[in-house]
Amino acid sequence: MKSRKVIVVGASSGMGRELVRQLAARGDRVAAVARREDKLAELAAEHPQQILPFPHDVTQPESVPELFAEICRQLGGLDVIIYAAGVMPEVGATEYSFEKDRSMIEVNLTGAVAWLNAAADRFQNVGHGTIVGIGSVAGERGRQGQPMYNTTKAALKTYLEALRNRLSKRGIRVTTIKPGPTATEMTAHLKQTGMMGAEDAAERILRVMDSGKEKFLKPSHAIIFAIIRNIPTGVFRRLKL
Amino acid sequence: MVSGADAFVFEPRTEADVIRVFQVARESGRKVALRGNGRSYGDANIAEEAIVLDICRMNRILEWNPETGVLHAEAGVTIEQLWRTSLGDGWWPPVVSGTMFPTLAGALAMNIHGKNAFHAGTIGEHVTAVRAVLPSGSVLTLTPADDAFYELISSAGLLAAITEVKIQMRAVASGDLRVLPLSIANWDEQFAAFESLADGADYLVSWIDAFASGRSAGRGLVHAAWYQEESGARPHSLREDHQDLPDTLMFGLPKSMMSNFLRPFNRRGGMRLINAAKFRASRTLGNGRPHPDSLVGFSFLLDYVPNWRNAYQPGGFIQYQSFVPKEHARRVFAEQFRLAQEVKQEPFLAVMKRHRPDRFLFSHAVDGYSLALDFKHTAKRHDDLWRLCHRMNDLVLAAGGRFYFAKDSTLRPSDVTQYLGEETIARFRARKAEWDPEGMLTSGLAQRVGLV
Repeated sequence: MKSRKVIVVGASSGMGRELVRQLAARGDRVAAVARREDKLAELAAEHPQQILPFPHDVTQPESVPELFAEICRQLGGLDVIIYAAGVMPEVGATEYSFEKDRSMIEVNLTGAVAWLNAAADRFQNVGHGTIVGIGSVAGERGRQGQPMYNTTKAALKTYLEALRNRLSKRGIRVTTIKPGPTATEMTAHLKQTGMMGAEDAAERILRVMDSGKEKFLKPSHAIIFAIIRNIPTGVFRRLKL
Repeated sequence: MVSGADAFVFEPRTEADVIRVFQVARESGRKVALRGNGRSYGDANIAEEAIVLDICRMNRILEWNPETGVLHAEAGVTIEQLWRTSLGDGWWPPVVSGTMFPTLAGALAMNIHGKNAFHAGTIGEHVTAVRAVLPSGSVLTLTPADDAFYELISSAGLLAAITEVKIQMRAVASGDLRVLPLSIANWDEQFAAFESLADGADYLVSWIDAFASGRSAGRGLVHAAWYQEESGARPHSLREDHQDLPDTLMFGLPKSMMSNFLRPFNRRGGMRLINAAKFRASRTLGNGRPHPDSLVGFSFLLDYVPNWRNAYQPGGFIQYQSFVPKEHARRVFAEQFRLAQEVKQEPFLAVMKRHRPDRFLFSHAVDGYSLALDFKHTAKRHDDLWRLCHRMNDLVLAAGGRFYFAKDSTLRPSDVTQYLGEETIARFRARKAEWDPEGMLTSGLAQRVGLV
């Protein structure tokens, strides 16, 4: 397979970091974008020829156009962009924190739109490219536990679907990944067992990222969430999910 | 037409501007891709994140000598400008492509051929001098006496930027050709017609129905054409108004609307019908009866329908052209059609021509035939189409055939190494190291096939 030029936003931990590692290991050139410079430096040191670190805070979307252009210049083009940045602060059952909710909107959604719009504009001009957004099964329904996390992932799913509908005829693939519960820094506070490892998730993402579709990473999730999507609202409310 | 790149376009007007573009590229750490009028079908005139040096604004005719037929022009001059300058004086470009819009720079970078390739060769064989700017800023002039002349021409814009050209035009007594259409029933008749007509005809080309199979495989329509003698000091046929293509096609339909009209038919079923109808019509309409046609009308078929490429939107199309020695051409071309039919990806247009070898570095020519195929491209069947092309490449390579960078989107590095040969590639690299040691000149094509 030919070496590709890839941007991974949200590369300092979790699935983003594993994606960078695995892309670099198979010979791709990867621009790793994240806020924490020390983590980026560690990651880049693993494959210095393949990984280019770019410190960036996704809550500063106004800096994206210039950085995006510079990354494309240094990579010598762009074939794939993966938006993997995401936050899910712990939210109490009776808590309504605007600050926490705004941080989720900024990182999970506004940052995604800033980066993926830039990529979509470039890809539509050149007629090729793959856009990957890391969504979530949490975007399937409005659950009680994480109102804004669910909302941002539902919005991201809809945004990516719209990009797919716009761009697929031009040969551009837009893929939405719904990983399901995955053990990362972001989910550490959930204390959930049986979660998929980030390494495993990244492997599965790389297998489906050029599909240009919405993808669950486990076949069982497709069935479970088809059922969850179709549970009547009144019943769903009483399930305390 | 499925390639694209995000880059910075510079449009120099003078040779000094060209030198400055190389300086800017060096200062900004970017590569340079050379571009004429963008008439190559693939990725030869673009490169991601590069500076694209577009030569189109260097488009002055510097000197025209109607006595000798030598024309000296800046390299952004198009083939259209050539004939409009010279035809009134009884001269015609010695080699033209199927469209009049390529620039001289692009035509020489790809060393284009025309329907007279079997006796006139490629355009480079008619150039008497060429001036070029090296990435270092040095300027050199080459003539056919220089070995480097044969390397610069055909090198796909990877060695230097051609800025001026002197070309020997061909004398013609009339602006019309005598054209003979011959309806052809199968492959055997195709090759028999070419071999019997090649000795006397000035132009030879054949359209082939790529959907036909079995005993009808290879059916189509050959057109042979001859220059005409015409009495009078300045025949009317040499005037531009005689040559200009009409604004309307059949039934008074404006040509500008044709691509919209074609789009609904631009699918497999529609094209099968159109190809079959064209063949049926060829059996009777004008078959075997010579008729006059203007040089422009006969030569630039692609220009009859403006923006005909739009009929392939939104997915675009690729052109695939392979060149096969005459002893293997029938077998290879028939097998290419069979493979395309097997995967239900028949080319919507297929055109065969006769060629002769030349001595240029990246020569596409062979003592044999070429088959140019237009394939519709869709995102859904992209991988299938590339797989088909690679299978067709294997057939061509096994037969000692060649390819043409102006019409390529699918070649792999191994294909190029095999058809050009290690020696040719070593020669290219040696010249590249001498003229472009920083490796500034690049293109999507060159990166894809491993030439840079």
